[in-house]
Amino acid sequence: MRVALIGQPNCGKSTLFNQVAGYKAETGNFSGTTVTYTESRVRVAGEVIELVDLPGTYTLEGGSPAEEQAARYLDSKSVDVIVNVADSTHLASALELSLELLPLKKPVVLALNMLDEAARLGLRIDGEGLARQLNVPVLPLVASKGRGVKQLFLKSLEAGRKKQTSTRESSCAEARHQLAKELARQYVTQGERHVTWRDRIDDVLLHPVWGYAILLFVLYLFFQTVYGIGKVTEPPLLAFFDLITKAVLTPFGAGNLFSEILLGVLQGIAAGVAIVLPYLLPFLFGLGLLEDIGYLPRVAFLMDTFMHRIGLHGKAIVPFILGYGCNVPAVMSTRTLEEPRDRYLAAALATLVPCAARLAVVFGLVAFYLGPLAAFGLYLFNLIVIALTGRVLSKIMPEDTPGLILEMPTYRVPTLKNVLSKSWFRVREFVVEAWPILIVGSAVLSVLNYLDVAYVFNWLVRPVTWLMGLPSETGVPLIFGIFRKELSLVMLSQALGTINFGSALTKVQMVVYATFVMFYLPCLATLSALKRELGTRAMIAIGALTVVIALASALLVRGIASII
Amino acid sequence: MQSLLNVPNGQQAQLVSVSERLLRKLKQYGLHPGDTLRVLRSAPWGGPLLVEVNGRELALGRSVAENLFVETECELH
Repeated sequence: MRVALIGQPNCGKSTLFNQVAGYKAETGNFSGTTVTYTESRVRVAGEVIELVDLPGTYTLEGGSPAEEQAARYLDSKSVDVIVNVADSTHLASALELSLELLPLKKPVVLALNMLDEAARLGLRIDGEGLARQLNVPVLPLVASKGRGVKQLFLKSLEAGRKKQTSTRESSCAEARHQLAKELARQYVTQGERHVTWRDRIDDVLLHPVWGYAILLFVLYLFFQTVYGIGKVTEPPLLAFFDLITKAVLTPFGAGNLFSEILLGVLQGIAAGVAIVLPYLLPFLFGLGLLEDIGYLPRVAFLMDTFMHRIGLHGKAIVPFILGYGCNVPAVMSTRTLEEPRDRYLAAALATLVPCAARLAVVFGLVAFYLGPLAAFGLYLFNLIVIALTGRVLSKIMPEDTPGLILEMPTYRVPTLKNVLSKSWFRVREFVVEAWPILIVGSAVLSVLNYLDVAYVFNWLVRPVTWLMGLPSETGVPLIFGIFRKELSLVMLSQALGTINFGSALTKVQMVVYATFVMFYLPCLATLSALKRELGTRAMIAIGALTVVIALASALLVRGIASII
Repeated sequence: MQSLLNVPNGQQAQLVSVSERLLRKLKQYGLHPGDTLRVLRSAPWGGPLLVEVNGRELALGRSVAENLFVETECELH
C-alpha cells in the first residue's frame, strides 16, 4: 500500500514522516525546505507500506516546482491513501488544500496536526463535525511529540482497504477559499487568545534598531562559536591523519607513483574530515537551530531591503550565511528560491563569499603578516564587491519577480533530534557529492606533482600572475587551489621554498594574492554543485565571472596598496 | 482604493484588487481577494511589511505590498 503525506508548508508533515520513517526527510521552520519527495518503506501494524513525503504546498495549482512535483505525484503514481496533514492553528487556509484533495477520487485522511499549539492559542476544533461534513476520517495529531501517529496510520490503512472516496466535485480556487473559511468559522471556536509572547519577542527581534543589533550579535556569536569549535578540533584531527598517512605509506617507500597517489587519496580524505567535522557540522547544526527556532525568516525580513539592493530578496540570505562555512551547501540551498533567475544570481554571489578554507588563506597571509585589521578590511572589501556584482548582474538580469512573500512562523522550541537529523541530512549531501571529488582531485594532484610538471603551470598562468605583480612560482598554488582552496596556502610554502612568506613576498603581494584567492574560481566541489543545480553553462559562466572579478579586485587592491 | 503601502501599522484593510500574476503567487500563501489584512509592522529603509491574514503572518516585500490594492474599514462604511 502506498500512503502519500501532503500538507501546506510548516504543517509538520516532514516531522510526521520522520517519526515513522526514522529521520530521512529534511524538516524546517522555513517554508519550502522539502523540494523533492522522499520515499520510505515502513512497517505499520504488521503491514509494510510505502510512505511518501511530498513537498509542502499551499495548493496544487500554483505552478511552483514543489507544487507541480506534488500534483504530478498524486496524479501519476499509484497512491492508495492520501494523508492530508493540516496545521490546526491555520485551519482556514489548510482546508483549502483539503478541498482540493477530496475530488481526486482517492481515500483521504485528514490529520489535524499541532493541536497542542492550537490549544495554546485558545482554538477549539470540532473534529467530529468536520469529519461528518467532509465525509473523511479526521484524526488528532501532535507529530512533534509522536502523539496520535499510530492511530493515524491504522486509520489510513483502513481507509486504503475500504477505498472509500469523497463524492465532492472539484471547484475553483475562489470557491474553495470561501468554503474553507466558512468551514473554519463553523468548526473552530476561538477562545482566549494569548499569543502576546510571540508578539513581544517580535517587537524586539524585528525592531528597526534592536532587531539589527541582535542580528549582528547572533551572527557574531554564531561564527565565533563555529570557528572556535573548528580551531579546537582541527589540529588533533590533522595530527591523527598524519599518523595514519605515515603508517600506511611506510611499507611502500617514498617517491614512487603508487605511494604518491595513495598519499593524494589519503590527503583528500583528511581534507574532507578536516572540513566536515570541525567546521561544517557545527555550522549546519547552528543554522538548523536558528531555523527550527524560527529565527531565519526573521533574518529574511530584516535583510530583505538590503538584499533588494543587490537584486535579490530576503529569502536569499540563507545561501550567503551558509557560504561562510562552505560554498557547496550554499549553492544547494538556493533551491529554496522559487524563480530560476533568483537561484542563478544567488548561487553566483554565494560563490564569492569566502568559505572557511579561503578564510584560512586570508588568516595565514594577511592577518598573520599584516594584522587582523587588514584581514577585516579584506572581508569588508569582499562584501562591497559582492554588492557591486549583484547590482551589475541584476542590471543584466532584471528583477521581474514580485518580491518577498514569506510566512513568518511562530517561534518553536527546537528538538535536538530534529536539528541533529537535519544537520546530518545536509552533511550527507556534502559527503556524497563533494567529498569524492576532493579525493579524486587530490589524487590527480599527486600525479602531477610526481611528474614534476609545475613549471608548465607556472608558465601557463604567467600572464595572470605577472599582471598582479606576483612571482611566477605562485602559479602552481593558484591552480591547485581549484582542487581545494586551502592548498593555495599550503602549496605556497612549497612553491616559494619557505614557510616564512614575509621573506619571499612583499606585503602588497600578500594582499593581492589573498584577494585573488578570495574570489577566483570556486573549488571543484562547488563547481560540481553549481553544475547540478544550474547546469553546465551556468557553471562555466559563473566560473568565468569569478575569474574576471578576482583579477579586477586584485588589480584594484594592488593599486590601492601600492599608494598606501 | 489605495496601495497596502499606505495603510498604517495596526490598521485593517480588505484586499480588493491585484494583478493576475501576483495573485497566483499570493494564492500559494493562502491570500485571496476579499481577505482582511492587518498591517502588524514594517521594516525600516524600504523593508517588507508584516501582515496578518487568516490567522497567519506573512512578510510582504515593498514591491509586493505596493501592488496590493486595498480598501480600509472607513472607506468601506
